Amino acid sequence: MTETELIVPTNYYIILSAVLFSIGVAGVLLRRNAIIIFMSIELMLNSANLAFVAFARSFADVAGQVFVFFVITVAAAEVAVGLALIVTIFRTKKSIDIDEMHMLEG
Amino acid sequence: MDALFSIVPLIVFFPLLGVVINAFFGRSFMTDEDSIGPGVFASLMAGLSLVVALLMLVGLLVDPGGAEVPFLKWIQIDAGGLRVDIRWTFLVDTLSVIMMLVVAGVGTLIHIYSIGYMRGDERFPRFFTYMSLFLASMLILVTGANYLMLFVGWELVGLCSFLLIGFWFDRSKDGAYNSYAAKKAFVVNRIGDFGMILAIFLIFWTFGTLNFGPPPLEGDEHGGHAAPAISEAEPGVFALAAEYEAAGREIQFGSFSLPFAGGFLSVMTIVTLLLLLGATGKSAQIPLFVWLPDAMAGPTPVSALIHAATMVTAGVYMITRSNVLYAMAPISSGAVAIVGGATALLAGTIAVAQYDIKRVLAYSTISQLGFMIAAVGMGAYVAGMFHLATHSFFKALLFLSAGSVIHGMHHGEEVVHHSGGHIEDDFDPQDMRFMGGLRNHMPTTTWVYIVGALALAGIPPLAGFWSKDEILADASHANFPVYILLTIAAFFTAFYMGRQVFLVFYGGERSDSARHAHESPRVMTVPLIALALLSIFGGLMNLPFGGLHQLASFMERSVVHAHAGEFVPSVAAISTVLALIAIFVAWVVYGRQPVQAEERDPLTAMGLLFTVLNNKWYVDEIYNAVFVNPFKTLGNVLALVVDGQFWHDFFHDGLLVAGFNGWSRLLRDPIDLGLVDGSFNSLAEGVRGSAQRLRRVQTGYVRNYALAVALGVVGIVAYLVLRRVF
Repeated sequence: MTETELIVPTNYYIILSAVLFSIGVAGVLLRRNAIIIFMSIELMLNSANLAFVAFARSFADVAGQVFVFFVITVAAAEVAVGLALIVTIFRTKKSIDIDEMHMLEG
Repeated sequence: MDALFSIVPLIVFFPLLGVVINAFFGRSFMTDEDSIGPGVFASLMAGLSLVVALLMLVGLLVDPGGAEVPFLKWIQIDAGGLRVDIRWTFLVDTLSVIMMLVVAGVGTLIHIYSIGYMRGDERFPRFFTYMSLFLASMLILVTGANYLMLFVGWELVGLCSFLLIGFWFDRSKDGAYNSYAAKKAFVVNRIGDFGMILAIFLIFWTFGTLNFGPPPLEGDEHGGHAAPAISEAEPGVFALAAEYEAAGREIQFGSFSLPFAGGFLSVMTIVTLLLLLGATGKSAQIPLFVWLPDAMAGPTPVSALIHAATMVTAGVYMITRSNVLYAMAPISSGAVAIVGGATALLAGTIAVAQYDIKRVLAYSTISQLGFMIAAVGMGAYVAGMFHLATHSFFKALLFLSAGSVIHGMHHGEEVVHHSGGHIEDDFDPQDMRFMGGLRNHMPTTTWVYIVGALALAGIPPLAGFWSKDEILADASHANFPVYILLTIAAFFTAFYMGRQVFLVFYGGERSDSARHAHESPRVMTVPLIALALLSIFGGLMNLPFGGLHQLASFMERSVVHAHAGEFVPSVAAISTVLALIAIFVAWVVYGRQPVQAEERDPLTAMGLLFTVLNNKWYVDEIYNAVFVNPFKTLGNVLALVVDGQFWHDFFHDGLLVAGFNGWSRLLRDPIDLGLVDGSFNSLAEGVRGSAQRLRRVQTGYVRNYALAVALGVVGIVAYLVLRRVF
């Protein structure tokens, strides 16, 4: 790559990451479909990954990328557990509407 | 001789052995209901007591000084100037031995008689247990060498008297159960005992000892024998009394003091008057004689032993024993003589108008005790003790013969009952109105009864003549008013005995039961004959001639103020003539024209006077009105008003319980329930209420928690950022 190559500034990545995170938060808070919420969580994780990678490039430190791999691994495990939970819930409740599940109500 | 005297405790312990054996094993002697084992054993023990008493007499004839035989230590205090040393010591001197002989001798005969009289009674062993206990108690009384042992015996005989009067507690007479008679005797005697124990307290306060001790030395005139062997012992009450009197002591009672002797307010006068109160209780004198007639509710041998021959003479013995003290209190001695004389006359008049054979004898006993008390009050101690001894012979004889009569009448009643004959509705085997003509059915009893009656009436040469005449002779120059009282009483004595003999034994039978009466068994008649012989010859112990005053010279060893009575021919003649006239009058009234069945007593012709006499001068009624009923009223007031209404209802229920209830209600309702419980309950309510509101926070919706987390993150980030900025 040359000097003249267009370099996207780190700020842009951070802003994108924040936007993605906020979309994820809004999805978790506003949607009632468990699958959608689950996907929103994934979105938040990946926005964090984007921030890690951006800072890793910016500081030229590979530790950020290592974190990302861990996050992806954990996310994969989480997907497995989460989907299993959702399947179980669906089997008992015949629904995955998250508002149906408030058995811990005080 | 000391070795002989030292066995004297046995005189008490033989009868006590009888008590123990009969109390615990008496029932097992009873092979069938007519067994006489316990009676035989008790009689044997009484006989052994008599043997001991006779040995003591032998000892005294050899060594007239006598002895004090220490037996047990009892109360011993030695602290801070106070020395009390009271022992159970047996006193053997001439006075106590006379009493021992009378008590054990008459007691033995009556024990033997009782075997026949009580045979077949359902409580046969118990009877002999009580009788032996009485004998032991009476011997404790007369052998005690100090006032406290005398008092112990005094109380024990009172107890035995109570037990034996109420022996047939389940039977009744004239509508009153015998137990009431027992209770009456006990309560009346308590009044006398109260005086007695006060006297003992005062004696102890004054002298610091209760021992009789040796009699005081009386100068040179008696020097020889007035100092017996026991004089080395520490001085007793009597020796100290003589010392105090000689020294003109004053006795301190806290802040005031009284002269020892002389005048009305002196220690000796008070002591002797209190002792007199004790004697009036036990010896049935005015004003406490009312218990003795009712005491006839007991079995007849009891009346003979306790209420005629022995226990009732305890007062006479006690005053004789205290002769040294009475000699220092002329006022008390005068009071004793007056009480005795008045009692002799009063009881003699009552005896005239009684129908119950035992009641006549009871009042006669009171009357004769009055003679003895009057004698000792006048200082005629020998005469008093002489009469005590002879009276115990012939009065025991009369009572036991009366028992024999009752026994025979009772048997006759049973015979009539079984043959379906007629028994009067109000038949009473003791009522003389149903008797008559018994001389044909009960010859032995008739003869011994006549002997006893003549002895009591004072016909020479029977025992009663000599003893009564000695009292009268002493009275004639010592105290003339008392002499008059006693002479009139002697006249009545002869009259009522004549009346009784004619009513019971002569004339025709006034009931079928009398027709079927029969002579008593030998076990009863033999003691009667023995007592009859004693009643005939008893006078020999103290004939008022020359050197024949054995009793007087015997008693001088222990009774300082003993003196031999002289024979006054005029007195003897007057009393004999009066007695003969009285018997003649009795014959005119009852003998010449015998009373027929259903016929009224000729004496009822006296009208109101007879009614009054028949009702015992209404003394019981007066006592009931003056003392008993007010006392019961007081008791009721105390029980119902003071205790019931005031203490129980008002103080306890009204104040204590209600106050406590009110106080605890106050503590419970406002304080415990309101304040303590209330504060904790409202605290709990508050917690619950706030929790009710706070639980809404936990919605269970995931998004709410997520929102909270998100807001928290925003907050933290905001804090971190803003901290940087500012």
